[in-house]
Amino acid sequence: MVAPAPPAGAHAFPDHSDPRVGSTVDRPPAQVRIWFDGEIEPTFSTVRVESEDQRRVDQGDARVNPRDGRLLEVTVPPLASGRYRVYWSVIARDGHRTEGDFRFRIK
Amino acid sequence: MSRRIAGLVAIAAVVLAAPAAEAHGLIGKRFFPATLGVDDPFVADELSLPTISHIKVRGEGDEPPSRETEFSAEFSKRLSPDFGFSLGATYRLIDPDEGSTMNGFDNMEVSLKYVFFKSPEHETLLSIGLGWDVGGTGSKKVGAESFDTVTPTFFFGKGFGDLPDALEFAKPLALTGSFGVAIPTRHDNVTKVVEDDGSVSFEREVNPSVAQWGFTVQYNLQYLQSFVRDIGLPRPFSRMIPLVEFVMQTPLDSTTQAGRTTGTIQPGIIWFGRYVQVGVEAVIPVNERSGKNVGVVGQLHFYLDDILPQVFTWTPFHGVLGPTQPR
Repeated sequence: MVAPAPPAGAHAFPDHSDPRVGSTVDRPPAQVRIWFDGEIEPTFSTVRVESEDQRRVDQGDARVNPRDGRLLEVTVPPLASGRYRVYWSVIARDGHRTEGDFRFRIK
Repeated sequence: MSRRIAGLVAIAAVVLAAPAAEAHGLIGKRFFPATLGVDDPFVADELSLPTISHIKVRGEGDEPPSRETEFSAEFSKRLSPDFGFSLGATYRLIDPDEGSTMNGFDNMEVSLKYVFFKSPEHETLLSIGLGWDVGGTGSKKVGAESFDTVTPTFFFGKGFGDLPDALEFAKPLALTGSFGVAIPTRHDNVTKVVEDDGSVSFEREVNPSVAQWGFTVQYNLQYLQSFVRDIGLPRPFSRMIPLVEFVMQTPLDSTTQAGRTTGTIQPGIIWFGRYVQVGVEAVIPVNERSGKNVGVVGQLHFYLDDILPQVFTWTPFHGVLGPTQPR
């Protein structure tokens, strides 16, 4: 049972992502990747991608990159044009949880 | 205390009466920094050391103008996830244009705070607190009162991440505020005056209750970059929060000053890292009663719960709050 994260802390915040937060891309990405500003716990960090009608569309293989402990990634199939939202939840190495979401669009 | 010193200190108090800056916190996706003038609604394990402010205050009546500098420290500790206390101390330097510099500690401050409402979805937090200015613990030279003052206060914080996507560039905005009433435990001071002719009179000076209120308007660039639109801001800008604080006081029952608000508007910027934050703001008197010179305030603030979570997040009834327990 996870205790609620304390309200303050050195939480891991996103540094940048691919696709970029709020961006419009010409071609569907093969992966959604989020780089954080600190290392994150592989076991308890997740990411999923949903379409505009709130259907999950990623491959369910969310993982922390084994060569880069700050990179959280998930594979997506070829996505149709439209708007998508990425939901992520991570636990930093010091145990603090952060979560968030962002949108991107495919032309 | 002589009338002259009382006058100088009273003038300084108008501009520098802002409560010490307080906690930081995360609610939902929203990070709220510790702000410099207005207390935010969070409880946390943290240390502000130092907060330094400087301003030139105007003279009043026979009192000359003076340069006022304050060095403050404040330690905050959670006793439970939603309840905490703070201890604060301030060292004041009052340098009048005419006369000797006065310096010394102001009264010690103790405060309690309880968070009674949280809504991560709406990035909203509400809390109540009680401040205690411990009379007699400071130096009369710099205006420290011999009586206690208690200040019950209500706090709120609201992030606007729940706005519709059509207003996405407003989502990084956040508002915090506080409203309290500083209630002196002694209603008035009576001073015995012996005239030159040997006659004795008594002067009565009322210690008014003062509403202490204010709010901050913040625009969180990290929130913009992480959750709204990556506009390519490099570090350190992607970890900055431009803000404006409004720090106000309104005497409530003074015979001459009731209802006459004074205070400052403080535009500035806060940068936050993983373990510390740094903030600097201009201090601009809001009206003529508050003064006419612009000052400055800066702060270095440590997130103790992140620096040493096993030590600083320990609580007597809830154990170590820091690391989250895995499922």
